[in-house]
Amino acid sequence: MTDTARLRAILAAHRGREGALLPILHDVQEAFGFIPDDSYAPIAADLGLTRAEVAGVVGFYHDFRKAPAGRHVIKLCRAEACQAMGSDAVQARLESALGLRLGDSSSAVTLEAVYCLGLCACAPAAMVNDRLIGRLDAAAVDGIVAEVGA
Amino acid sequence: MKIWLPCDAAAKACGAEAVLAVLKLEADKRGVTLEIARNGSRGMIWLEPLLELETPEGRIGFGPMTPADVAGLFDAPESHPKAVGLVEEIPFFKRQTRLTFARCGRIEPLSLAQFAATEGWAGLRKALKMTPAEVVEEVLASGLRGRGGAGFPTGIKWRTVAAAQADQKYIVCNVDEGDSGSFADRMLIEGDPFCLVEGMAIAGHAVGATRGYVYIRSEYPDAIAVMREAIAMAKPFLAEAGFEMEVRVGAGAYVCGEETSLLNSLEGKRGTVRTKPPLPALKGLFGKPTVVNNLLSLAAVPWILAHGAKAYESFGMDRSRGTIPLQIGGNVKRGGLFETGFGITLGELVEDICGGTATGRPVKAVQVGGPLGAYHPVSDYHLPFCYEQFAGQGGLVGHAGLVVHDETADMLKLARFAMEFCAIESCGTCTPCRIGAVRGVEVIDRIAAGDASAMPLLDDLCQTMKLGSLCALGGFTPYPVQSAIRHFPADFPTLREAAE
Repeated sequence: MTDTARLRAILAAHRGREGALLPILHDVQEAFGFIPDDSYAPIAADLGLTRAEVAGVVGFYHDFRKAPAGRHVIKLCRAEACQAMGSDAVQARLESALGLRLGDSSSAVTLEAVYCLGLCACAPAAMVNDRLIGRLDAAAVDGIVAEVGA
Repeated sequence: MKIWLPCDAAAKACGAEAVLAVLKLEADKRGVTLEIARNGSRGMIWLEPLLELETPEGRIGFGPMTPADVAGLFDAPESHPKAVGLVEEIPFFKRQTRLTFARCGRIEPLSLAQFAATEGWAGLRKALKMTPAEVVEEVLASGLRGRGGAGFPTGIKWRTVAAAQADQKYIVCNVDEGDSGSFADRMLIEGDPFCLVEGMAIAGHAVGATRGYVYIRSEYPDAIAVMREAIAMAKPFLAEAGFEMEVRVGAGAYVCGEETSLLNSLEGKRGTVRTKPPLPALKGLFGKPTVVNNLLSLAAVPWILAHGAKAYESFGMDRSRGTIPLQIGGNVKRGGLFETGFGITLGELVEDICGGTATGRPVKAVQVGGPLGAYHPVSDYHLPFCYEQFAGQGGLVGHAGLVVHDETADMLKLARFAMEFCAIESCGTCTPCRIGAVRGVEVIDRIAAGDASAMPLLDDLCQTMKLGSLCALGGFTPYPVQSAIRHFPADFPTLREAAE
């Protein structure tokens, strides 16, 4: 069950704001790590929306999680600039070291794709938790694997 | 000793913070008083982290720096192995015409004093002394066209919004810079955020809008933080202009770079594409007249106002006026941002300025304009960067991001990726995009397996997507696919066999 006091505080902070749903969802995810199912109805009620509308928005955007992520989140860019610099090999090395496929999650690590971090001139690139890493090579991948403790 | 070290995300991703830590330790150890300023990036990304040492002759660069290179700075900077000389004399930098990026890399991004000392607010001051109609005419006369990719004249858009009657109008800045190969928006915000504040305030004055939103993609956490801080610091200037603005953060949807889905997203809805008409200029955000401009369009405006439309218009070629910040990434030796007047050729940029590939192998293809842009073979090297010239070759300039691939690139795989990406990012509103992209992946897989009957099917599908999609995502995904087939048939088994 979601911490309703915390949810209420988030809703109160955004009251009266134009188009508040995305900022609210970002804050909810920041607070809880994901968008809990049982938060849809109170959010909808606060904004005068239906629960389905909130669910529709949560489902549309790649960022919003319906379940908690692993303790570490690795976002590997697989857009064209990173592909040109060998992101496929980086992906293969990460997947094999972590025992996870891109898009999978364990309690320790969530490994997911991202399409461009704006680091195209220092590709391949990834974001590990909140830290950006460019010019990924085998040694850098091993460093990431060690960092996330896998 | 005064040192400049970029706080740009690319510099950080390449280890700027580790360099900084060692720099402080080393200075302490040697009892050297260190003054450290954090600038934006100069755009010479292959040199990042590019540390600059201030000297009476100018700022001398060292890069790409690693923690191991720090001690040498204190010992013998003149013979340092990473020394690259006076930063502004490096050919890549010196050959540019930096109007929009004039300050980026030179100043500390959040220093109002340094901004003001480098022509900051000059455009806004001038605009506020003019009537709104005069500002619109100035922008129109500059020839500025939308830098997001569509190339629509900015002045015409502004004129439409200015003429609309409403109790509320908006300026929306599109920083949903999702194209692979593009990073100009990110770099400008992280290096000179007040420039955008100034541009938006000018736009507000010109069209009678009192509120603005900067929609930044969530993949740019550094830019989001810098922009928020900049807006808070610029409050007095914004108040003087009668304008207020706010950052809104996207949530990982490429399609929100399309202006109408961006508006839906700002309204708190699914980022689906709207049909046009009505034009956003008349019925945009919350149904009100709205200017939706790319960051690079808005950031060009302060210079235009400060120096005059004629000065801006004097750069460029044909109907593409002014400068364009080209961004070159992927497999390239000297990747980065190169701002120059329209008209430079693709070959000059890739080979001469950027030095070809990073791997040293020959260039095979250059994708221009992001994931929806065409793959150009080296036989297109003569093409000058101009909206019409690229369109005439079945391509597009787009947001001016380039991705270089060497001869190992598998064009079938890249064509398949274009369809796959479209399928992942489709908003689902129109059928050609939603279903076409999925079928596109399947058909390309059949081609890969040697099924010759799949090729006409793919042509037909591309035609349907081009003509039947609501927006550029479905409509332009055929560009990379068909250009890959046209220029690199040897990578497609069925065409290869047919040729043999």
